[in-house]
Order: sequence, then C-alpha cells, then structure tokens
Amino acid sequence: MTLTLEGVSRVVNGQTHIHPTDLTLEKGTMNVLLGPTLSGKTSLMRLMAGLDRPSQGRILWEGRDVTGMRVQDRRVAMVYQQFINYPSMTVYENIASPLRLQGLDRVEIDRRVRRAAELVRLDDDKLRRKPLELSGGQQQRCALARALVKDAGLVLLDEPLANLDYKLREELRAEIPRIFAESGAIFVYATTEPHEALLLGGFTACLWEGRVTQFGPTPEVYRRPADATTARVFSDPPMNFLRAVKSGGVLRAETGDELPAAGPLAALPDGALQLGFRPDHLRIGAPRAGDLAFEARVAVTELTGSESFVHLDHGASRWVALVHGVHDLAPGASAQVAVAPEHVYAFGEDGRLIAAAAYAAAA
Amino acid sequence: MNKTVNQRAWFLVLPVLLLVGFSAVVPLMTVVNYSVQDTFGNNQFFWAGLEWFEEMLASERLHNAFLRQLAFSAIILAIEVPLGVFVALNMPKRGVWASVCLVLMALPLLIPWNVVGTIWQIFGRVDIGLLGYALSALGIDYNYTQDPIDAWITIIVMDVWHWTSLVVLLAYAGLRSIPDAYYQAAKIDQASRWKVFRYIELPKMRGVLLIAVLLRFMDSFMIYTEPFVVTGGGPGNATTLLSIDLVKMAIGQFDLGPAAAFSIIYFLVILLLSWVFYTVMTNLDAQESRK
Amino acid sequence: MARITLAQLAHSYLKAPSGPADYALKRMDHEWEDGGAYALLGPSGCGKTTLLNIISGLLRPSEGRIAFDGRDVTDLPTAERNIAQVFQFPVVYDTMTVFDNLAFPLRNRGAEEDYVRRRVGAVAEMIGMTDALGRKAQGLTADAKQKISLGRGMVREDVNAILFDEPLTVIDPHMKWELRTQLKALHREFGHTMIYVTHDQTEALTFADKVVVMHDGQVVQMGAPEELFARPAHTFVGFFIGSPGMNVLPARVAGAQAWIGEHVIPLAGDHAPQERAEIGVRPEFVRLAGPDEGIPVVVRRVEDIGRHQIVRAEHAGREVNMLAPEGQAVPLGEARFAFDPEAVNVYVDGWRVPARDEKETAR
Repeated sequence: MTLTLEGVSRVVNGQTHIHPTDLTLEKGTMNVLLGPTLSGKTSLMRLMAGLDRPSQGRILWEGRDVTGMRVQDRRVAMVYQQFINYPSMTVYENIASPLRLQGLDRVEIDRRVRRAAELVRLDDDKLRRKPLELSGGQQQRCALARALVKDAGLVLLDEPLANLDYKLREELRAEIPRIFAESGAIFVYATTEPHEALLLGGFTACLWEGRVTQFGPTPEVYRRPADATTARVFSDPPMNFLRAVKSGGVLRAETGDELPAAGPLAALPDGALQLGFRPDHLRIGAPRAGDLAFEARVAVTELTGSESFVHLDHGASRWVALVHGVHDLAPGASAQVAVAPEHVYAFGEDGRLIAAAAYAAAA
Repeated sequence: MNKTVNQRAWFLVLPVLLLVGFSAVVPLMTVVNYSVQDTFGNNQFFWAGLEWFEEMLASERLHNAFLRQLAFSAIILAIEVPLGVFVALNMPKRGVWASVCLVLMALPLLIPWNVVGTIWQIFGRVDIGLLGYALSALGIDYNYTQDPIDAWITIIVMDVWHWTSLVVLLAYAGLRSIPDAYYQAAKIDQASRWKVFRYIELPKMRGVLLIAVLLRFMDSFMIYTEPFVVTGGGPGNATTLLSIDLVKMAIGQFDLGPAAAFSIIYFLVILLLSWVFYTVMTNLDAQESRK
Repeated sequence: MARITLAQLAHSYLKAPSGPADYALKRMDHEWEDGGAYALLGPSGCGKTTLLNIISGLLRPSEGRIAFDGRDVTDLPTAERNIAQVFQFPVVYDTMTVFDNLAFPLRNRGAEEDYVRRRVGAVAEMIGMTDALGRKAQGLTADAKQKISLGRGMVREDVNAILFDEPLTVIDPHMKWELRTQLKALHREFGHTMIYVTHDQTEALTFADKVVVMHDGQVVQMGAPEELFARPAHTFVGFFIGSPGMNVLPARVAGAQAWIGEHVIPLAGDHAPQERAEIGVRPEFVRLAGPDEGIPVVVRRVEDIGRHQIVRAEHAGREVNMLAPEGQAVPLGEARFAFDPEAVNVYVDGWRVPARDEKETAR
C-alpha cells in the first residue's frame, strides 16, 4: 500500500500554496511534515486527504489514480489540533460513530471500540462520560481512538499535540507510534517542532514556503540536510551560519576572521561557502587544535538548570551555543567560542549542501 | 489560475435554481409582461412599450411616495441601529438574566405583522387605546388619524418596537464572540468605557452590524402591513409609503400596467440601494484594514 | 516596579469550602522581590492561572491579602493596580495602527504626546517593529501581534509588575527563540518585576530567576533553575522538570547507601535509615555500568533526538531512562545502569530528605 503524489501542486487565487511535489509514502510508516506555520503542511494534508483537488498532478493510491475522488470514498482519518469530538455523545459513542456509519453489527462495533479504547488508555469510566468532562489529553485520546477504529489506510494528524500541556504532550507523543504500530496504515503527522519529528522517528519531509525541501528517514534528514533551508527548519535552536570564502588552506569569513580549513574542511572546493553548525556543537572556551575559533559578544544567556543557551552576536549574525551546565555569562561580555571542523556543514552560495559534517557522514 | 472543475456540483444546486425560478423569476416575468402592456378589461392587452415606465418616472405621486419611503427608512435606521447596539451592550452576558432578556427581545419578532399593526392601531386610539387615552388625558393633543406628524410618530415608534430586537440580537451575538482577554487588556490599559466600545466592541461588531443595517433597510423599504393596518396611508397621503401606494394603484384602481412598471422600478431601486450600501460598507472595511 | 507580598493567601471557588480539596489555591506565604523574573510553572489545573488572576485583580482571593511594596491591594480593581498583562492569544486593537496600539496605555493615562512618541519609539525598537509603526494592526501575523502585546505591556515605565499568561503558545518554535530572548533583554533593560505563567518547562527555566513550581493548588518548590534541576524538592518537580523527567525508584536507605532490592546504590551524603524511601536520579546522570555496579535493566528503545539519545529501559517493571551522547552505540536488551552518587536524591512520602551532612544551600 502506497500513497504517491506526482507533481502535485495547488494554486489558489493566483497564490501558490504548494509547489509541484513528488512524494511516495509507504504502508505502516510514520511520515512527519515539518515546517513553520503557513509552510504548507495543512495544504499538503488536505490534498492527500482529498479535501482539496490539486491544481496539477496526480495522486495515486496503491498505483490507482484517486485524484478526483471524494474524501468520503477514501479510507482517510484525520485528527486535528483542536480536540474535535461530538460533545453530546459519550466517549464510547464518539469512538463508535465511524463504525455505525459503516453499518457494522453491534458486537463487532463493541469489540473494535473497546480495543481502540484500550490502545489509547481510556478506561470504562471514561468511555461512559461526555468528552467535555475529560481533560484535554483524554479528549485528544478520544479523537485518536476514533481515527483508529476507522481502519483507515491513511491517517492524517495535524499538530495533534499542539494544544496540550508540555508534559502531556511528551506522554502522548511517546505513545502515538505504539498506538498506531500495528494498524499498518500510512501516517502523516504535521508539526512545527523539530524535536517532535526526531522523537517520532520514521520519515520526515521538511517544508518551506510550500515546497518540500527534503524527504527521507528522519535521522538522515537531520544529519544530512540537503540544503541550508532544511538545516534551518530542522534545528531547534536554529543552526548557526557563517559566510566564508575558501582559498587553499584558509577560510576567510565575511567578518574578517581567518580560519584554518583543517581536517575534513581541507577537502572542500575553493570559493564562496555558507558554513553551518548546530548550537550543541558550538563550544564556549578555548579552541582545540584545528577548531574554527571566534570572538563573539554575549547577547543573552538563558539557563535551564542543566544546560545554558548562550546567544551570541558575531558580526551581523546571531548565534546560539547550547552548552552543558550553568554558564551565566554577562551580556555584552566577549566570549571565545569554537567549533570542531568535523561538526561543520558546508553549503554552496545557492544553499545546496556541498559536504555534510564529517561526524554525521560517519554515523 | 486553475479552478477545481466538478460538474456534479450543479446537480446539487438544481433544486434551488428550480425553486427560485418558480418563486421569483416566473412572477417577476408576469409583472414585466404587464408593465409593457395596456388593458381595458376583458383580458384584452395592447402593447404599450415603455410608456408606463415613462409615466411612472415622471409621476409626482411616485416621487412623493419615494421621498416618504426614504425618510421613513432613514429615520428608523437612525433610531434602531444605535438603540439596538445600546441595548445589546447593556444586556447581561451570562446567567439566567441573559436568557430572560433574549426571550423578551425575541417576543416582538414572533408576532405576525398584521397583528402588530392591529395592536398599535388600538393602542394609539384616543377613545379606547391605552396610549392614546393616556396621552390625551395628559393634555397632549394626539391623534394619529388626523395629524400627519402623530401618524408618522406612531408608525415609527411601532417599527422601532417591532424590529429593534433584531438589531439587538445580532449585535449581542457579535459582542458575545469577543474573548474576555480583550476586556481584561482594556481594563489593564485603563481604557475608558467609550474607548472599549470604539476600539474593541465596535470593530468586532462591524460584520453583524452590516447585516443588521442591510436587513433593516430592505425590510423597512418594503414595509406594508403594519402602517397599512394602522393608518391606511393617511391622513391624506401622509404615510403612504411606496408599497402602500403600489397596492392602492394595482388593487384599488386596477391600473395594472402602471402598477407593474412601478413594481419593477421599486424592485430595481431596492436592489440598487442595497448594492450601494453593501459596497460602501465593505469598502470601508477593506480600507480600514489596508491602512 | 514593586515587591509582591502574598500573605496567608488562599482561594476557593466555592462559597463554603469544607476541606483542602475545595481550594483551587492552598494557603501560601510568599515574598517576591522587586525587579525579579518569576515563572509559575505547572500542569493545567494546578492553580497557576488562579494565582495570576489574583495578582492582576481579576479575582479577589477568598482568604488572605496581597500587597505591592507593602501597600495592601487586595480590594483594588485591576485598573488601579498599575500592572500590565500579556495574554495567551495576542490582544491588539485591530483598527488602530501599531503606533496607536503601543501608545494606548500611555494616552489613556494622559501622557504628553512628546513623551508618548519617545517611549513608543524606544519600545518599537526593542521589539523590532519600528518599520511597522504606521501600519494597521489588523492583518499582521500572530507573532507580530504578540510582539505588539509585549510592547504594550512594556511601554509604561511605572508599572508595578508585568504578567505573562502563556504568551508564546501560538508562536512558532523559531520565533519563540527570538521573542524569548527579546523578553529577557527587555527585562534586563527596564528591570520590571515580571511574572510568567506557563506549562512549558523550557520557557519557565530560561525566562525566570526563580521558578515557582505548582501542583494541585500548592507551591511545591520555588527556586533557581539549577536548584530545581539538581535538587527537586518533590518527586513531582523531578518528574515535571526535565524531559524525560527524573527516574524514581523505591529503595531502602541507610548511611551513605541505598538498596534497590539487593542492588547497592552509593549516595554522596549520610542519611538516616529509611525502610520505605525512594531515590530519584535524572537521566542526565545515568550511565552504562560494568557487571558489578548499578542495577540490571532491559533496554526497550533508543530514541535518537539529534543532540543526544534517550535510552528507555525498565527495571523490575519500572521505567528507567538514560541520556546518551549523540553517536554512542547503545544495544537493546539487558544492560546495567549506574548513577552518579552526587546526583542521587532521597525522597520520603514524595518530599526530598536532605542528607544529615548536607549544607543549607545559600539562595
């Protein structure tokens, strides 16, 4: 079972919501759509569901063209950011509603409802209540169960945890892969948060301004971003960038720094580059041999107790260093920061990846 | 630009089109038919061309009725919209009293129009009506059957009594959709009551007020039953509004041709004025947001 | 700017509360310093919003007093408390320009137009909206609107306190970084007393000097982020702060040792004997151990979340998690975990018991 988008695009009133997109999603996989608000996540989901018709291109389901097919005729389930349940029905009836529409007999409905409820951990007491009497997390569990019982081939989850408390989000997020593990459907999960994509695993499609910038196994997209845009979207805190020109063994940064192109950086082609490195690879303190070392000015320090986010100004760019422990640096102070050459990504001027960081290539 | 093409959708609209066809287009066409013909009875018709239209457009009688109609609509809009908003602002937001107020507000809307007319016809009579009797007992010379001003005041008060509720309900719905945070923020910003109204409530009510104004305008422009029952268009022609005049002409005098032409002009005027209202108000809206 | 005193403060939404369960806010005494940055952190329904509403004056506490700089304000309405508040959803006056929005609180207090212009200019600069000052607020993006809300809160110099009610809920992750650091910089610049309500630990920890953790209507711990991280006063704090939260295991304690079953766990301090205690240790301080130390576990899952890995394991049916650095290979199946003795806390009935020789922390 596969869902294939072939050159699918969507244009509304002359505005391109989705640029032509090719995407193939396989049975039983979790596919994360990662991108900021208005990057096209929901538009893409609506196309997959059949709620909208593509302006161009075809949508294939198991090789069969379903482009114009109505959403009612497809086996699609959807869970939204808002907890959408029928407020006047009990939780049990809510979960049973799609089955009643399918006209199954009572015994079969009961069997499936109880199974789904067990998977999402709603006990008998909760089943008897009305959704609004439950907590936000439980309401969303009810919506998830309704999507589950439908036995849909395609389950679309549009930021389902965004309205939940942080800890509840953590709890339900860990459960979602387990809940859906055996259903064998294709899952599509939209989120704005990079660490949510990483926790869910599976595959990730990065979206930016209506374009899928990269699609692949999640850790690979994270460690080998195809371009600077993907790297920026898939990094929280955002990736740090530095423009530089390489000639021979020297990198001349736009800020005037002259840096050694040591280790894996020596192999880069000469010319203009965008260097990128993640906040957790930027160290505060004296450089080691071969490191790219900078003088930066501390803008703000945020302490979480276990880690510190040090926001730095270097030239015109704002960088973030994520370091272990408590480093309460005074704003305005100057700090020595360094990054090891094996943690540096190199992008071309057009943003395309030239070389992934050496540590990631080895992993 | 690529539009989604789905021909099947037309089938869904078809029943509506048929219904509208029967209920609106066919009668309208009959009227058009009459408006370009003349008859001397016996079901014999002659082609009259645009004669009736020319006559009607030049008719002072129609001009006067039109001016009266405009004045009537303008006055009731000027009273009902601010009054409705004012009442809505002062209604309780929640609790039992909110429901009680809503029911009370809805009551006048539930009364059939000719009954409203009858109520006020009796209410205002000097001999047996509570209002008329009370006023004359107070020494006020009030008689809507003889004094044109009194007649006007009576039908305006009646319309306000009957229809302000609609504005109230719409405005109330608009007010209820404003999140509490806005009021809290305004308190914290120390905004005066007037500023809360001007910068929070009014902007959030604009959409429903547009609908309220349109509805009230169209309805008042076509009003017939209530003033007819109360004053019958009198005294003299003082309260002969467009629709009353039209009926007088069509049924009282059986001038079908002129009446038909009159109807069409009437219809077009309403269409035109509504359109003007709508575009002006939505444009204002768009300008506001573009600034 | 003001010092905030909560004296014998409690609140119940019921007319005649009969027991502690009827209180949304249980009795508390607190003194919050002038110019401090405080965060109220807790799950939905923990009472943090009730407390915020009491401070802002939207709610009158059923018991106790609240004072600003020693002046009793319990019976003062919101408008007279001289505070500013930023809400979860951006509140802007749509029909006004950005400038007029920012100027609104000043003009309402009859400030001179000269001063208004200067002040609005300064705030607009801080929130980076100088270019948008002439625009209508309607039609701006959610984060721009929220910036205006922040700016409106900041514009008055004489406020007693600025309250934030989950202000970043509707903001994209990348924008969150920007707004958060801006907020931090604004606090440094203007020195307002700030109170920030959130369920998001990262926001609370990075924003505040002092985090007030609330649970079930009570303040369970108030402390600096590093205290909450290193020495959670209650197992709830350990669970709620950190992701994943602290591992909690039942144990026997005596002297400088704890026993989980027959496995010996060395402790850093000297403890009075306790038969029914629990030990808590954060996943950050768990490591893979040799055959003769720590506890046996079964590793169920390893989650690659980019900069580190969450190793989810089980010991005697209880979840035990470990954080492993990026790239370290952790095989599934049987393994042993050992804990850093310095980072092991001892709990009895949920509350932390300091070691007999533990020094009082000076804060």
